[in-house]
Amino acid sequence: MPHIEPSPTPLFQAQHLTKRYGDTDVVQDLSFEIAPGECLGVIGPNGAGKTTTIRMCLGLTVPDGGSITALGLRMPLDALAIKAQLGVVTQLDTLDPDFNCAENLLVYGRYFGLKEAEIKKRIPALLEFASLTSKAKAKPGELSGGMKRRLSLARALVNDPKLLLLDEPTTGLDPQARHLMWERLQLLLQQGKSILLTTHFMDEAERLCSRLLVLDHGKKIAEGTPRDLIAQYLEPDVVEVYGVGALALAESPLRAHASRVEVSGETVFFYTRDSGALMQALHAYPQLRTLHRPANLEDLFLKLTGRQIREDA
Amino acid sequence: MNTPTLSITHAPQALSRWRAPRLSLRFWPVFLRNLLVWRKLAIPSLLGNIAEPLMWLVAFGYGMGALVGQITVDGQPVPYILFLASGSICMSAMNAASFEALYSAFSRMHVQKTWDGIMNAPVGLDDIVLAEMLWAAFKALFTVTAILGVMLVLDISHSPKLLVAWPILLGVGITFSSMALVFNALAKGYDFFTYYFTLFLTPTMFLSGVFFPLAQLPPLAQWLAAWLPLSHAVALVRPLFMDQWPSDGLYHGAVLVAYAVVSFWLALGLTRKRFGQ
Repeated sequence: MPHIEPSPTPLFQAQHLTKRYGDTDVVQDLSFEIAPGECLGVIGPNGAGKTTTIRMCLGLTVPDGGSITALGLRMPLDALAIKAQLGVVTQLDTLDPDFNCAENLLVYGRYFGLKEAEIKKRIPALLEFASLTSKAKAKPGELSGGMKRRLSLARALVNDPKLLLLDEPTTGLDPQARHLMWERLQLLLQQGKSILLTTHFMDEAERLCSRLLVLDHGKKIAEGTPRDLIAQYLEPDVVEVYGVGALALAESPLRAHASRVEVSGETVFFYTRDSGALMQALHAYPQLRTLHRPANLEDLFLKLTGRQIREDA
Repeated sequence: MNTPTLSITHAPQALSRWRAPRLSLRFWPVFLRNLLVWRKLAIPSLLGNIAEPLMWLVAFGYGMGALVGQITVDGQPVPYILFLASGSICMSAMNAASFEALYSAFSRMHVQKTWDGIMNAPVGLDDIVLAEMLWAAFKALFTVTAILGVMLVLDISHSPKLLVAWPILLGVGITFSSMALVFNALAKGYDFFTYYFTLFLTPTMFLSGVFFPLAQLPPLAQWLAAWLPLSHAVALVRPLFMDQWPSDGLYHGAVLVAYAVVSFWLALGLTRKRFGQ
């Protein structure tokens, strides 16, 4: 093949994706791209269409409309050729309970048409990457939740994929396990891999993702870098006030110091561009507890998708 | 649902659920996966697989055989134990394939989500179903081979035509594993399979000439028996045990092939539906 200059075309491109189940629009006119080396985060409440989107990206669910191209190939026509270059970690582990960690990697590598000798060469490094070297002979049933997720990640890397699709890779993990997972994902990004990540954890999205897609009710409602999104939609500071009499503040003159005031439960949230004046004024209420912090993705998420618990959540 | 949307123009071509199977050698790593799991449990599973058919053979063959003595097949007297052995080996192929393609395949498909994991790799659903079908047939062949070995040791038959019976029994396994996969695709849970066993396989066992000649049954039962794939399997295999070539062999073989092809296609369509493909 002749040498071709790296083209500006994205690694992965979804255009106008639509999926409907019965009368419900699960995904509506969703378009996004993933550039080489980028980590794109997809955030949204339960039922926002994240998993359906991932399934369409994998050719497992055929969209009712729209198109997907990846690595110069078309989905679902070239699904197998695309998947040969993808790594996937699903929400629920699909590890083989009858095999130990090393065998899980070996058996999964065969699905990619890799030779046994080739896979066996890769296994020690994959186990090391997943911090599972000492567990090579352990079966998934003997592993902790974090170990299982890391084995799933190692399994997704067996074919040395260009792009990883990770559906809530840290849901249900304790903080140590989650941080270790983050370290590993950052390592992969440094190695030049691209990642599509869905998550419920805003700190995860902020830490890993270069760009975010906010989904709700199957629609894209915002897109951008975490910093830009926060700057675009939110005031820089948030002051949370709670305690006896806090709720009354929502309607008090203190309101003037905030651009936006929200009440949730027993807490009043002041979104402000002038936190100094607000904090000063709050000195008059020493019995109240206050938390002054910069606005974060969680605030953005709640602003865009609302504070109500979803019925299907 | 009622109005055409703007996206229709570039909608991917909707594929029919009943499109032709898309089969490839990618099924092999999936087959190999099942083989590797089974290899760890082969010996205990072998005992489980052949103990029951051998009990039937010994209890009925020698017990009933002493009462019955000889049975006439195509005008030829045959010891009852030979009559029973040739029928029950078909039944064993049926049971082994059915059990594997129902309970075990369902565990992999639904409980362990093994299939979902495989489909994230470049292996299509069609190849997974093919692998499961062949795997269940292989298990049937394995069981049948072990039983044949015991029958040879017991000197029930030493017909050289048993070598022909062997691949035919693999075909019987393929037919019944394809049929079982239809019900695997429809199952909500393991309980569903009880119906298949009690309402289909058990009557099949009694209506297919395994234990007694079909000619003894009332006409309605005979008519029914003519539709059952196991009858055709027995009609093929029994003469081979008697060192004879089956009459109408092509016809019986064609019926088994028809059952296998139609069932596999149906199983594939229903499994695609189950996986939303």
